[in-house]
Amino acid sequence: MTTDTTELTTSVRERRALFRSDATQKLLAFAGLIALFVVFSLASPNFFKFDNIIGILLATAVNGVLALGVTFIIVTAGIDLSVGTVMTLSAVMSGVFVTFWGLPIPLGILAGLATGALAGFVNGIAISKMKIPPFIATLGMMMMAKGLALVISGAKPIYFNDTPAFRQMAMGSLIGRVIPGFEVPNAVFILFGAAIIANLILTKTVLGRYTVALGSNEEATRLSGVNVDAWKTAVYALGGAFSGLGGVLMAARLNSAQPALGAGYELDAIAAVVIGGTSLSGGEGTILGTVIGAFIISVLTNGLRILSVPQEWQMVVTGAIVILAVYADIIRRRNQ
Amino acid sequence: MGDALVLMEGIDKSFPGVHALDNCRFELQAGEVHALVGENGAGKSTLMKVLAGIYRKDAGRILYLGQEVEIDSPRAAQDLGISMIHQELNLMPHLTVAQNVFIGREPRHGAPFWLDERAINQETQKLFDMMHLRLDPRTKVADLTVAKQQMVEIAKALSFNSQALIMDEPTAALTEAEIDELFRIIRHLRNEGVGVVHISHRLEELKQISDRVTVMRDGRYIDTVQTQETSVESIISMMVGRTIYESSPELPENPDQEVLLEVRDLNRGTELQDINLRLKRGEILGLAGLMGAGRTEVARAIFGADSIDSGEILVRGQPVHIRTPRDAVEQGIGYLSEDRKRYGLALGMDVEANVVLAAFDKFLRALGWVKQAETRRTAQKYVEALAIKTPSMQQRVKNLSGGNQQKVVVGKWLAANTDVLIFDEPTRGIDVGAKSEIYKLLNDLARQGKGIIMISSDLPEILRMSHRVIVMCEGRITGELSSQEATQEAIMKLATQRGEIVADGGTGANSREAQFA
Repeated sequence: MTTDTTELTTSVRERRALFRSDATQKLLAFAGLIALFVVFSLASPNFFKFDNIIGILLATAVNGVLALGVTFIIVTAGIDLSVGTVMTLSAVMSGVFVTFWGLPIPLGILAGLATGALAGFVNGIAISKMKIPPFIATLGMMMMAKGLALVISGAKPIYFNDTPAFRQMAMGSLIGRVIPGFEVPNAVFILFGAAIIANLILTKTVLGRYTVALGSNEEATRLSGVNVDAWKTAVYALGGAFSGLGGVLMAARLNSAQPALGAGYELDAIAAVVIGGTSLSGGEGTILGTVIGAFIISVLTNGLRILSVPQEWQMVVTGAIVILAVYADIIRRRNQ
Repeated sequence: MGDALVLMEGIDKSFPGVHALDNCRFELQAGEVHALVGENGAGKSTLMKVLAGIYRKDAGRILYLGQEVEIDSPRAAQDLGISMIHQELNLMPHLTVAQNVFIGREPRHGAPFWLDERAINQETQKLFDMMHLRLDPRTKVADLTVAKQQMVEIAKALSFNSQALIMDEPTAALTEAEIDELFRIIRHLRNEGVGVVHISHRLEELKQISDRVTVMRDGRYIDTVQTQETSVESIISMMVGRTIYESSPELPENPDQEVLLEVRDLNRGTELQDINLRLKRGEILGLAGLMGAGRTEVARAIFGADSIDSGEILVRGQPVHIRTPRDAVEQGIGYLSEDRKRYGLALGMDVEANVVLAAFDKFLRALGWVKQAETRRTAQKYVEALAIKTPSMQQRVKNLSGGNQQKVVVGKWLAANTDVLIFDEPTRGIDVGAKSEIYKLLNDLARQGKGIIMISSDLPEILRMSHRVIVMCEGRITGELSSQEATQEAIMKLATQRGEIVADGGTGANSREAQFA
């Protein structure tokens, strides 16, 4: 039986086709980002300025970090609507630790991360053990986190006025000290660092492997002897930890934990993930794509603002971009 | 001979409302291919899922190499060396071949959470070498054919050092060449001392691959026999508990000469060339041919599902324009797809809703209000007329057996006042026992004056059921045979008119012919 040669050629051909379409997708998002840069630079002299670029980077930091966490969850074919308010709750907990209790700043940061991870853990338990659909479970967490943030803070902002180092942690610029004039805030590097870690987790670790496996075929993963419930819970907890980091960055940037802020951030994060080519049906997605997606949203927002497009219209444009990005993905799949 | 590799005794398993396994027994020796056969619902898969740790048994015991074992999870089974390859393949399409093989027990490198991708690929390559399979471990599973995916499943099972390999209908989706390749690997494993359980519907395969056959019926163990000493007919009679294949066709008389449907010079791209056919009232017209001969395309063109380049369709002598399935339904033409679940039924809806679906307009008052009493009455009528076995009109169709689902589709078209029924593979995926009921139904419909076109790849079925047989090859009609002229050989000859004529006489050829498309 020598069917081998034909098999080999088919598999090679198939792989090439796949490679091509994967590359197109990445290219498409990246080209879109570059195109936006070019268009806005030409349209306004104020766009391609150091301060404005820093502004864009800074604006991406929080949404980008949230989107990193959401990427994992969407790759498992789940969804997390609670990232926005969990971010707020985490910020509030940092404030409680640092301002109310006067604990050291690293503990405050840890408290923020732990709060996020705990909320994610609860999401994970509700979804994997209680079999509540992710949409509902995280919707419930969204409301609970919002309420808790208000209760704990007494519905008032918690300021970090006595601890300027907290703000400096994200808004200061270590690199500015090394290269004078190049005052890129630490938050930007925190985003990139978080993205690199997220990418390593997704591609090189067991957790990442099972994240993809869960989204690709959960039943098959279960039948392969993987403890699906535990890993799924871990993925939601990880996503929550990223929300916690987002909360810490948010609090540092505003020098305060604003308990009323945060609702709606989950949608921007989901939009960034989707623009970045992560499939809502699970199994595929990249961290690079998510980062590009997050930048597309902030560049768009920033550029339109510079062009004096009213905020209402910015939303319309962003919404249209989300739909177009997903449509482009569908077209790509159809041609595959 | 020492202890059996696996011995299952007195196995009992109940699901809510179903006694799935009743005191079942199964024995597997190392180095044998053991076929497990039975009708749908006989309990084959359930019994094997108990062995593979997917279901927990209610009673009975399992001995592995003479030792009593408790298998309470897929992992426990794998640790013993028992692996099951499921009918729906259990792979992660987005991961690579190697990542799939090692899912759940990836080699680590450095830290306990860090994957050793290189080891994963190397180990997989070793497995493929052992199987003499040429496949790149880094290929994504989504890019493989079903046959290749199955090979990946086998490699995965072997990587557990499986001594017992259970395959649930592995050949259902494979082509002939792929089946040969699969059997080559199964034989190779058997020679290495692996015990292979082969669950199959295709009885003709048993002779090719198995050493012994165990037959189950209605959740009970019937018998285990040596394959070489047993005829396929006796296995069938064990499966159904009665003799099922009467050889002589029982055609209803067909005196009526009114032509219900006529197709003239139909062309569609290269798919269909100069199709001409006439269907009379009360006639069953068999449409035979190899896979890809264009039979389904003819049906779809008549039904308006595909556009046509040229040609004419006449219904009861009147030329009609059929551009969409809706036009076809209005002309009284119904098409019963071979893929009932995808195209024929709303599986999640109940029997009543499905029966009235194609004729829904008839059951509407103004403003889209549904006449419930009427839909109930209509559904009741067809459930009784077609003897659909369902506990109630409100039973969801997905809970019915394949044969009863097929009847629901028929009921749907009858409720829509259809005169011409095109059946595409009407008995595919239906139990041996339920088949004869479908045949009886087709005959009844013909007797009532319907015209039936039956597309089938099952030659005995075509011969048994058809008044006339039209044979297609490569998009053309290559011949027409009356029921007296039609033989397996004559149809084969026409179906392969371009290519070489398959001359593969003797009883062994049944296997080829039965699945010749």
